[in-house]
Amino acid sequence: MAAGLATWLPFARAAAVGWLPLAQQPLPPAPGVKASRGDEVLVVNVSGRRFETWKNTLDRYPDTLLGSSEKEFFYDADSGEYFFDRDPDMFRHVLNFYRTGRLHCPRQECIQAFDEELAFYGLVPELVGDCCLEEYRDRKKENAERLAEDEEAEQTGDGPALPAGSSLRQRLWRAFENPHTSTAALVFYYVTGFFIAVSVIANVVETIPCRGSARRSSREQPCGERFPQAFFCMDTACVLIFTGEYLLRLFAAPSRCRFLRSVMSLIDVVAILPYYIGLLVPKNDDVSGAFVTLRVFRVFRIFKFSRHSQGLRILGYTLKSCASELGFLLFSLTMAIIIFATVMFYAEKGTNKTNFTSIPAAFWYTIVTMTTLGYGDMVPSTIAGKIFGSICSLSGVLVIALPVPVIVSNFSRIYHQNQRADKRRAQQKVRLARIRLAKSGTTNAFLQYKQNGGLEDSGSGEEQALCVRNRSAFEQQHHHLLHCLEKTTCHEFTDELTFSEALGAVSLGGRTSRSTSVSSQPTRPGSLLSSCCPRRAKRRAIRLANSTASVSRGSMQELDMLAGLHRSPAPQSRSSLNAKPHDSLDLNCDSRDFVAAIISIPTPPANTPDESQPSSPGGGGRASSTLRNSSLGTPCLFPETVKISSL
Amino acid sequence: MGAVMGTFSSLQTKQRRPSKDKIEDELEMTMVCHRPEGLEQLEAQTNFTKRELQVLYRGFKNECPSGVVNEDTFKQIYAQFFPHGALPCLEGSPCVEFLPPSPPLPFCLVDASTYAHYLFNAFDTTQTGSVKFEDFVTALSILLRGTVHEKLRWTFNLYDINKDGYINKEEMMDIVKAIYDMMGKYTYPVLKEDTPRQHVDVFFQKMDKNKDGIVTLDEFLESCQEDDNIMRSLQLFQNVM
Repeated sequence: MAAGLATWLPFARAAAVGWLPLAQQPLPPAPGVKASRGDEVLVVNVSGRRFETWKNTLDRYPDTLLGSSEKEFFYDADSGEYFFDRDPDMFRHVLNFYRTGRLHCPRQECIQAFDEELAFYGLVPELVGDCCLEEYRDRKKENAERLAEDEEAEQTGDGPALPAGSSLRQRLWRAFENPHTSTAALVFYYVTGFFIAVSVIANVVETIPCRGSARRSSREQPCGERFPQAFFCMDTACVLIFTGEYLLRLFAAPSRCRFLRSVMSLIDVVAILPYYIGLLVPKNDDVSGAFVTLRVFRVFRIFKFSRHSQGLRILGYTLKSCASELGFLLFSLTMAIIIFATVMFYAEKGTNKTNFTSIPAAFWYTIVTMTTLGYGDMVPSTIAGKIFGSICSLSGVLVIALPVPVIVSNFSRIYHQNQRADKRRAQQKVRLARIRLAKSGTTNAFLQYKQNGGLEDSGSGEEQALCVRNRSAFEQQHHHLLHCLEKTTCHEFTDELTFSEALGAVSLGGRTSRSTSVSSQPTRPGSLLSSCCPRRAKRRAIRLANSTASVSRGSMQELDMLAGLHRSPAPQSRSSLNAKPHDSLDLNCDSRDFVAAIISIPTPPANTPDESQPSSPGGGGRASSTLRNSSLGTPCLFPETVKISSL
Repeated sequence: MGAVMGTFSSLQTKQRRPSKDKIEDELEMTMVCHRPEGLEQLEAQTNFTKRELQVLYRGFKNECPSGVVNEDTFKQIYAQFFPHGALPCLEGSPCVEFLPPSPPLPFCLVDASTYAHYLFNAFDTTQTGSVKFEDFVTALSILLRGTVHEKLRWTFNLYDINKDGYINKEEMMDIVKAIYDMMGKYTYPVLKEDTPRQHVDVFFQKMDKNKDGIVTLDEFLESCQEDDNIMRSLQLFQNVM
């Protein structure tokens, strides 16, 4: 409707003639509007597909890209059309929005792609028409959930390590939430699990009748009364552990109020409270009756297992999300129970010695019958009773069967979501590694290029021409950029192998056939390297072939690691990496600052690190034959710290 | 139990049936299409060029694919031109875009529907209850490109609510009140209760030559032509297209 506002404006203005005779003051002069050429057809070329429309159509929504002067940026004067390098299929929907005023959502396209197109053309997603709105929202929510899972998976689990300056509290909390992060946390996790099990089993065993060995077996006592001391001690121990755990969690929680209100903390409290109440309550008979009932709450300790079991958590979450269906089930069952109980009571009223003494008494019969249990302790004897009893049992089957599929489908969806999340987490590492490998290809290109002497200004003409010509303009400029950086920082980019050679000559066995003179500098980081990645470096060294194309897999990984970023999938203990992040880069430079630069083209998936530490020690004083670049032959001592912020 | 559920559901369907019929009726109505006369004919009948007619029709057809505007739609269209238009925004209609960014008024404060009603009656010359494209274009032609005489005659027709050829005080009162309603509550200076009445009195003083309490077409034409303000203002909307 609003689209037509522009259409109807002439009519509204014309209708204003009706006000004229009534006007007591002279009306303002009309605005001087440039004589428009009527209407013109615009051509919009989207990736080769031409769309033509009236200019008026696009002008309907002046706050979008096509309706405002922003489209002039895309105007190609030579061809007289507006060119957009976007998806033509999606553009169809955008243009239809201008024409009809309703934005439809294509069903076979990815919802994120659609969103991106909308954002590009300046349309808010709220404009999606009613017909498609629900589906759009559902799909978007699903997507968002999935992405949230991804992020969560990154943060928890093997997520980035805590900043070095994290407090005890943060570390403790992290240990509690992710037991896999440190062995101490893992131990604690299993110990608490063990004690939960012990406590529950003790509760159970307490009630088993123990046969006294030499006693008269006239009266069998439950074990709890035979060995009260033992059970009391065990209980005390368990409760102490649980209390300690609870207090520690309370201390470590980032938001104490929120922690206090969470379900798990409530379960903890309920699990340990009976014990303390029992201690406080004096042992007189009136109260001990109540106290005995309190002991029932000890069974809640079994819920503490939900921290240890994910399946249990899923079940709990499912039940929570199906609350409305469960509520409906309960409600309809209650209705049915009351109806049938009443009917049965009045049907059986006449019989003497009947079990159906009152309607509430008949409730039991109804429930047992509707759930098809049929204990047989209450049975109708009149014919009417039997008829109604059979109707009751048939309808029970129906009513209970109705909401169950909903709950089942909910559970299945959540369960599969979880499975997907786990699978994705597992594959994430592989994915990251592959991406890094792809990125390192570009680094290698540069290094390769350097080795081929491309950086040298003088060189045998043909040789150089060949390898220069093979690069695209983009590559040329990119390499030039890296070269500039090298010159600026007096450092050079290098690959993993030469770098590791320079660092830790001795401990890394299995050298390749490269004849590089090993640096003779006694470097501390050598020890770091040996402790951190002996296996990895060796593996790499052995695998290296003479082909220089893929000479170093993930040289960036190496550099990353050395910079103290813990993204490598290498299975070292994180504490060792944590230990020496900064002082390791003393290298040759005496410079303690990182020199950061981007040596890779940012690739789409945003999980990859864009920074790395290229500061290679090779620049300083290493007569490497691989680098023919003699400009850095003399060790470039670093009088001042050089710090370049990442581009 | 099942029987109970069965009866419940059947009761509900019975209730729903009338509304389903209504929806079907509405669907039928919208299917009715009206096609205007040919372009040449319209060009001959009105003072618009072919191009202008084309633009007008395209806009009209886009908004009303069935080719006719009924009164409710008319009112809604007109209401959107005035701040915090009186009629509630329909679900999904992006009319909020065009409302000025200020706190929304409650809906009854600004009412453009009365005046729109009179307008509709003025446009709907054949009194069919719906405005076709020809009516629309004819009226626009008069208002935008017509002679002074034609415009004044059209205005007289607008004011004459019962189309009896005379304007009496009550009709004028209605019209003036409708116009003031379009202003809404928040005006400066504050609208007083008897402002419309005063306005009507002034109007009648000017227009009613023989002081008989009604204004005829000739009186109206004569009085308007004497007033320079009105004459000048009539040229204002000349080149709206």
